[in-house]
Amino acid sequence: MLLTRRQFDLTALTVLCATLLHAPHFPLWLTLALTGLIGARWLQRRLRPGWGKPPALLRLPLTLALPVVVYLQYGNIFGLEPGSVFSVGMLVLKLTESESPRDARAVVTFASFVLMAALLFEQDLLTTVCVGIGVVPLLLNLHALEADGSDAPQPLALRSLGKQSRFVLFNLLAAVPLAVLVFLFLPRLAAPLWATQTAPKGKTGLSDSMSPGRMGELFLDDSAAFRVSFDDGVAPPPAQRYWRGVVLWRYDGRTWSRAGGMVLRPDKQPLQALTPEIAYEITLEPSEQRWMYALDLPTTDPGSETRDEDYTLSAAHPLSKLTQYRLRSAPVYRLDGLDSQQRQRALHLPANFNPRTVALGRQWAQQYNDPQRIVQAALDLIRQEFSYTLSPPPLGRQAMDDFLFETRAGYCEYFASAFAVLMRAAGVPTRVVLGYQGGYWNTTGDYMVVRQSDAHAWNEVWLEGRGWVRVDPTAAVRPERVELGSGAANSAYASWYGREWLLGLRNRWDIANRLWTQAVVGFDELTQRGLLRGVGIENADWRQLGITFALSMGLLAALGLWWATRRERGEGDAVDRAYARLCTRLGRRGLARLDTEGPADYLRRLLTQWPQARDELEPLFVRYVQLRYGQAAIDADAARKFVRSARRINAARLRTV
Amino acid sequence: MKPPRAPGDLWLRLLARAEKRLPALTRLRAREALPIRLDRRRIYVLPTVFGLVFTTMLMIMSVGALNYFNNPALLLTALLGSVSVLSMLIAFRTLDGLCLTSVQSSPCHAGDVLALELGFAPGPRARAGLRIDIGTAGRILATPTNEPARAVLALPTERRGLMILPRIRVWTRWPYGLFRAWSWLNPGIEVLVYPRPEATAVPLPLGSREAHRSIVQPQGEEFGALREYRASDPRRLIAWKASARHDRLLVREPEQMTGQESVLDFNALPSLDLEARIARLTRWVLMAEERRTRYTLLLPGQRIGPDLGSAHAHRCLRELALL
Repeated sequence: MLLTRRQFDLTALTVLCATLLHAPHFPLWLTLALTGLIGARWLQRRLRPGWGKPPALLRLPLTLALPVVVYLQYGNIFGLEPGSVFSVGMLVLKLTESESPRDARAVVTFASFVLMAALLFEQDLLTTVCVGIGVVPLLLNLHALEADGSDAPQPLALRSLGKQSRFVLFNLLAAVPLAVLVFLFLPRLAAPLWATQTAPKGKTGLSDSMSPGRMGELFLDDSAAFRVSFDDGVAPPPAQRYWRGVVLWRYDGRTWSRAGGMVLRPDKQPLQALTPEIAYEITLEPSEQRWMYALDLPTTDPGSETRDEDYTLSAAHPLSKLTQYRLRSAPVYRLDGLDSQQRQRALHLPANFNPRTVALGRQWAQQYNDPQRIVQAALDLIRQEFSYTLSPPPLGRQAMDDFLFETRAGYCEYFASAFAVLMRAAGVPTRVVLGYQGGYWNTTGDYMVVRQSDAHAWNEVWLEGRGWVRVDPTAAVRPERVELGSGAANSAYASWYGREWLLGLRNRWDIANRLWTQAVVGFDELTQRGLLRGVGIENADWRQLGITFALSMGLLAALGLWWATRRERGEGDAVDRAYARLCTRLGRRGLARLDTEGPADYLRRLLTQWPQARDELEPLFVRYVQLRYGQAAIDADAARKFVRSARRINAARLRTV
Repeated sequence: MKPPRAPGDLWLRLLARAEKRLPALTRLRAREALPIRLDRRRIYVLPTVFGLVFTTMLMIMSVGALNYFNNPALLLTALLGSVSVLSMLIAFRTLDGLCLTSVQSSPCHAGDVLALELGFAPGPRARAGLRIDIGTAGRILATPTNEPARAVLALPTERRGLMILPRIRVWTRWPYGLFRAWSWLNPGIEVLVYPRPEATAVPLPLGSREAHRSIVQPQGEEFGALREYRASDPRRLIAWKASARHDRLLVREPEQMTGQESVLDFNALPSLDLEARIARLTRWVLMAEERRTRYTLLLPGQRIGPDLGSAHAHRCLRELALL
């Protein structure tokens, strides 16, 4: 048995949906190639159905090419990304040879896996909703594979598709309670069964090293890095929104990286809060990195995570799950604690790199002889001579020389790097800090969302008597970067993206996303144990959860079985019911049918009483007798006609005619 | 007519043997009277092979989702799983309350296809994807709301005589093919199968002595030979031209049209074996009916006729079938 056109169309649609859901993380040419393959097969099936499936000579090279393509693209055939390309490719190839319902069922089974795989890359609300929409053609396809027995027209008519979509949607809706129940109570794994690969690139956010030009693509990534809610519900002013992440010490002439950080010893407390602290909670999106962020310098320990000497917070493992932690920070503080070893590291510069920059730094050291004035000189230089751009010219081997004396255009990474090199050359201990600067305050949701595009780099310099002081050279060249956030600073480059009207929309959408993240994405074993809080069990164990699950399942099963075994009332012939209604109506006018009376007798009695109603009643009763007793099976049309005309009889009028 | 498939055949034979040996296991029921209404006590539901494969895939998906701590993926898997469970209930509901009210068939000759008509009572529930199987004959049915439904099954016949219908299987994979709900109906209907007529037409034995005696002379004119149509009259006897003239259905009296009479004698064919004799007699009965020749069928121990008409033919064919 071959697939009908309608069935094949739906199968192709299923595969197309599954493929497009993976498009965001596929290279463009691959998406185009796969879509083209689906389209070609669809056209062939429509225009030349006689050809059947493509010959093995065509399919075999395609199948063999798939692993090669994956290897060439990713350099590996294992892992999440290559695996997804592999499975989507297999799915499309399966479609090219699908001819029978059995093939189509295989496609559907595999397509559901591919749909799920799309969620492994992105689990935000939008993707989930898209995947949910992708389920509809999947079920429609299964539905179309089952012959329904009616002699309906076969082609993919919109009307019948709408009817079936409604059926499928109702099914999905009715399935939600059970799905939610299973979701809530399914035991979660304590540790993964197999090592999960690192998340695909582009999702990483900040890395733990910095070289000019690396952050560029982050500025275009508008996904949330983390969200913050403040205990007092008030956001700090924009100039204070420095979300400090990784501190970098080591410079190799091109890249800033992290020196092996030493854990902050409990007896050493170099940080002093000079103003009351702000308490807040951060919900960090999965980044597959260990770094955690805080509002500038955290005065408290976030918990199990380690705090380094330079106040870099890091978790023990890369964060593949949503992470929540509470911190306190002081807007004004004093940070001491520079020992000789640290001073040495904060002054180190590689030999034979950036000679002109180093020379300028040394010249300033002699000229000013005061770190504060040196810092000011550098900021003045940057303010006067430099411009801010997201697409700076490339730099050569002497990167900072090129930047400071030739190109003079760049963004935060360039400024932070150049500033640090200058300061170190002038003998001022300096380090680079990577983090985020800014954040949108969502007034409706009373929280702040910090996006990947808020990524920023700045410096901390050591000033005798004041400790480590934050210096942001980017702010010198473009103050609005700090005052208004990255969107304002980059507005010349993002044509429509950061506009006001969109911002409101995006913030509202962010609330939905946040709710989704909190309720669904962030649901874990801990939340699960708190499920029974409503009935007074604070920390439910598995036995209690199991009992609750069993009880709710029993309730749901009873509901389902009640629905399944329920019989509709008034089962019977429409003709009989119409007749019964007619008799009732006539009875209300004074002539009720006796229990012993058949239609013929009743009619006779009716006509003796109301002879004037003969024209209306007689044909009706005759038709009823014909329908009910004449044939073995009732003709549907005649039955409908009878029901209609029986309804039209006006008993009151009959009597008075 | 589709030739029965070999594997299905084997399955049917196995089933027939199992029904004989292990009736409880095959859920064989004693014959029951019509109407037969399906209820939860006699509807069985099991996943199909595809259902099992799909469930396995859902398992794999849920393990993957758990492993990646991916809650949306888990939710998707749970949703697909619940839809599957729901489809089981829908499959059950497709059968539940179905009421078989009539089984009708007109006799056919062995080797022909027997058209068996099953009638189902109208109900408030619209059903779709209802499959009805008897032996190798199958039919997919959709029943609209509040309308009686009929399913005509084409049953191949092989032997003359009373054919006891195998039990009827009503089943469905509606709506997604993940579960199969089925039920067995055993109305125990016996259907008469006429003998197979001989392939070559041997001329009717006409004009015997006995036949001459009973010739009925045509009475009067053509008009006198017509009478009013009665509900049981065969359609081919309708005199269409005359009916058109008189504006009502008129039927020729068969007797008036015959000029000869034949005797179909079972014992007059000693050269043939039993089945061949029956085949020839069957053919003759049909030929005589076709030519509207009065005929008498002489069978061992009984004599039918002389007469003509569908009732007579049915009696003759019935006796031949049961011989």
